Formats: sequence, structure tokens, C-alpha cells
Amino acid sequence: MNITRSAYGFPLPLPIRLLRKNAGIFLLYVALMGGAWLFCWPFLWMLSTSLETFQEAMAPGLGIWPASWHWENYVETWRSTSFPRYFLNSFVVAGTVAVAVTVSAALAGYALVFLRFPGRRLAFLVALGAMMVPFEAVFIPNFVLIARLGWYNTFAALIVPWCANGFSIFLMRQAFLMIPADYYEAARLDGCGAVRFLFRVALPLVRPTLSVTAVLAFLGSYNALLWPLIVTADGSRRVVQVGLTVFTTESGVQLHLLMCAATIVMLPSVLLFLLAQRAVSETMLVSGVKG
Amino acid sequence: MTRETVRSTWSGRRQGDLFLAGMFLTPALLLLFLFTYYPMSVAVWMSLYGGRRGPGPWVGLDNYWEALTSPDFWMALRVTVYYVGGVVPASLVLGFLIAYGLHRIGPGRALLRTCFFIPYITSTVAAAMVWRALFNPRFGVANQLLLWVGLPAQRWLLESRGVLHLLSGGWIPEDWGPSLALCCVILFDIWHLSGFMVVVFLAALQALPRELEEAARLDGAGSMTLAVRIVLPAVRPTLLFLAVTGVCKTLQAFNSIYTLTQGSAVLPETQSLIYYAYAQFYEFGYWGYGSAVSVMLTVLIIGLTFLQFRVLDEGRRAS
Repeated sequence: MNITRSAYGFPLPLPIRLLRKNAGIFLLYVALMGGAWLFCWPFLWMLSTSLETFQEAMAPGLGIWPASWHWENYVETWRSTSFPRYFLNSFVVAGTVAVAVTVSAALAGYALVFLRFPGRRLAFLVALGAMMVPFEAVFIPNFVLIARLGWYNTFAALIVPWCANGFSIFLMRQAFLMIPADYYEAARLDGCGAVRFLFRVALPLVRPTLSVTAVLAFLGSYNALLWPLIVTADGSRRVVQVGLTVFTTESGVQLHLLMCAATIVMLPSVLLFLLAQRAVSETMLVSGVKG
Repeated sequence: MTRETVRSTWSGRRQGDLFLAGMFLTPALLLLFLFTYYPMSVAVWMSLYGGRRGPGPWVGLDNYWEALTSPDFWMALRVTVYYVGGVVPASLVLGFLIAYGLHRIGPGRALLRTCFFIPYITSTVAAAMVWRALFNPRFGVANQLLLWVGLPAQRWLLESRGVLHLLSGGWIPEDWGPSLALCCVILFDIWHLSGFMVVVFLAALQALPRELEEAARLDGAGSMTLAVRIVLPAVRPTLLFLAVTGVCKTLQAFNSIYTLTQGSAVLPETQSLIYYAYAQFYEFGYWGYGSAVSVMLTVLIIGLTFLQFRVLDEGRRAS
């Protein structure tokens, strides 16, 4: 048999044969796994440091295995800082924004797709145009507007400006476009109203996009820094991202506790993403790659 | 049913549609007008006034003139150019290479993809906090690595001298090229942004018809030829999309620069335009001047986006 015979005149052991045959793909795996390791290493280092004592954390090293396991660091971080309050603020803000964005985008997207009215194209262009306006263009006047409204350092300042965005309207519109127009016409001829069609037929059909819109809105709001930094003044309205940049405990900045805080701040966004991963990436690709 | 009744239900439906459309569109469009379109015009108007922390006297285009003659503004522009020019091409190349590798392997693809994607989805602030610790001159891992290799310790994020100056042993002047501090920020954002590129590239690659690569392989194309000559042109629309979004994202990047460098009296060598606008407006209270800078940044973003569409579209037509 030619397969077992090698250039060396004797059959090579199986692992080596497999390796020679698949050397390319094997190297590719090694390279990719090495790359993935490099990309994830900072997080592993963070986790390991968060469990160490102050002295261990201050000793530099590449290791990602904690010298000792001090889970109580997390308790200490939670107790000795204002993070519980910041978390409450962040969840209230991001949760409200997620719901509001989803509702406003779903209603607007539905109107743009199914309802017939003059100015429909214009309304769509207005929504689309808002996607092109960068945040830099508006953050100063928005701050002034918020201040005039008397909203400085309130939840309203953190929430209201973010309750609608062009991208979400676009996403919802694309989802509604996938519903055959015949469904709508047939339902209307049978005497089903536009509102009933929305709740009974259209919304259940676009449920994946609804959740993606909500997840993206939540993450966007949760991870935002510049706006909360500007419109909040004190701990009572501070969100976690701002809280993390001013992280100090009663005994000054301590690296291991800082890493605990970073881990806690990352946790909700990573979990949420992993839960919604498939739906999010699919929706983003349908709207993004082709767009 | 007579013709008359049909027509009346139709016109009734049209009126109902108009009313409903008004109800459904009002929340979204009102918010967009109030917090996007209206402030956009106000920004231009504000940039024509002076004064601190409030409306001042009309100064015309003085704010723009002041910015264009200020060395700080040019420094911020230079930092922005280095930053965008460093992050976007590098993460595009890295993203494509990783995505192409993932495209060619079978089992484990989803898991590895998630590993590369995690830096992108986590909070930038939290991730930047970790990197700050890694770059800490006293106890950071970066200096530990240099120590092992036998190189002198560096000040990393606190180092305002140019990276070329340091690499050439002081032969190149200090203010040439990006500072070492800026390079650290750039490295962070390459790490942060590449995952996004990987995921989008990978999806585009998976969507390519199988026959394309098989046919090329049968024609005797090697791996490199296949990647560069066949696959890369096939995903050109994705490349365009990623280049444009990458430039937009990096021109607006604030979180990483703020988190990595704040607390240590931000060096002008790491201040990008958006940071400069923020500092002038919020920290120093120059509302008009800050607005002028942000208006110029907006024009830059929109202009560059159009330019990129032009250039990459031409390329597609030529090929």
C-alpha cells in the first residue's frame, strides 16, 4: 500500500502521517488558536488579577492563574464603592432606552412599510439621514438644550435623547419588508384593521429583529461614556461606565479591586451578547453587508 | 357590493392610514428632529458666537479662524490622522486574515470567532481600564516583557515622545510621527476593532459561492493567489462597508482615548479632534469654539465617507 509507505522506507506512525497530510490546516489551527489566545488574554489576566491580593496583583507577570483565590474581593468591591447605585442607574437608563427605541422604531418601521400616506418617502429619508449625523455634530447643542429644559443631572437627560435612532428604524423597516404584502392586503380585505394586523401578525413575525433592536439599543446605552459624562454631575445619576473611570475605594485605587469592577461592568454586556449572538450577527449582516 | 361602497371604504382606509401613520411616526420623527436635526443646525449657529459657558457676542467666523491658526488644533488633527490611519488599515488587514483563516477551518469556527469578537462587544471603558494596568510603568506587564528581553523600561501611555524617536535611539526628532502614548492607544483600538471586521468579513466569505474557490483551485491557484486574486475582489463591497464604518468609528472614538489617558493630565500628543472639542467645550467652557471644532469634525467625517465611496466605487468599475 502506497499510503502507509513513506519516503523513509518504513511506515510512519499514524499521528505523524495525519500531520503530514494536513500540515496546512494544522498550522492554521495553531495560528488561529494563538491569535484567539492573544485576543482573550487581557480578559483572563483581568479575571486572575481580580482574585489576587493587593501584593500579588502589583507583582507584574504574564500568568493568568491567580496566585491565590480571593472571591471576597468582589464582595469588597461591591460594598466599598458606589457601584450598586451606578448599576441601578445603568440598568434603569439602558432598559428604558431599549424599550423606547424598540417601540418607536417598530411603529415607525411599520408605518413606513404598510401604511399609505403622502410624504412616506420623505419620512424614510428623514430617518435614514439621521443615521449619517455623527454624535459629535450634536452633543454640544444637545447639552445646552438639556440644560435649558432643566434636565441636567436627571434620568431624563440620560434617556430621552436616545429613545429613537435612524438605524433602528431602518432595521425594523427591513424586517417588515420581508413580510409579503399579500398578507397585509388579504387581512385588510377580511376586515382586519392596520393596528390589529400590527399586533397579531406583523410583530410576531419580526420578533427576532425586535429583540436585536432592543439588545443593540441596550448595549449602546450601557456602554456609552461621553454623554453620561457630560450630563451627570454626581453619584446619584452616575452610570457604571463613568463610575469606572473615577474608580476609587475608600482606601484609594487598588488594582485587584479595579479589576473586579471591570469584570462586573463587562459581565452584563458579554452575557447579553452571548445570549443573543446568533440573532444579532445575522440581523447585522443582513442590514450591514448589503447596505 | 356596489362600486360606490368599495370606493368609500378605500378612501376611508386612506384617511385611517394617514391618521395612523401620524400616530406611529410622530414619536420617532419628533425625537430625531429634537435631538439630531435641530441641534445640528444649532451647532453651526453656536459656532459663530463667543463667550464662556453661555451665549456670548457674535464673532462671525473668528472661532474657525482661531482653530485653524491654533497649534493645538493642528496637533489634534495630526493625532486624529495617525490614529485613523493606524487603526483602520491594520484592523482591516488583521480582520481579513483572521476571517479567511476561520473560513478555511471546519470545527471550532464559531468558538474561535467569539474569542476574536469579545473585545469588540465588551465595554470599551472596562477593557481600556485593563490595558491601562498592563501599560502601567511601575507594575505593568508591558515593562515586564521589555525587562525579559533586556530592553529599557518605557513610560507607555505617559510617553509624549515620538515612537520613531525612541526606536531610532534619539536620532529622529521627538515630534516626528505618533507618540508612544498614541501608539498604545492605537494598539488597543486595533485589538478592539478587529473582531468586528472578522465577523463581518467571515459572513461575507461564507456567503460566497463554493464553486468560486473550487474552480480557482482546480485551475491551480495557490493559497495566496486564491486569497488575493479571487477572494479579496469578491468581498470588495464588504471591504468598502468596513472601511467606511471603520473610519467613521475611529474618527468618533472618544471612550478609549479618554479612559486610557485620563487622570494623568491628558497629553496633547494623544488628544484627537473629538477629545479636543470635548475638552474645549466641557472642561474650559468655550461653547462657541468647541462647536466650531465639532462642526469641522462633522464635515470631515461626512466628506471622508463620500470620498471613500467614490474611490472604492471607481476601483470596482475599473476592475
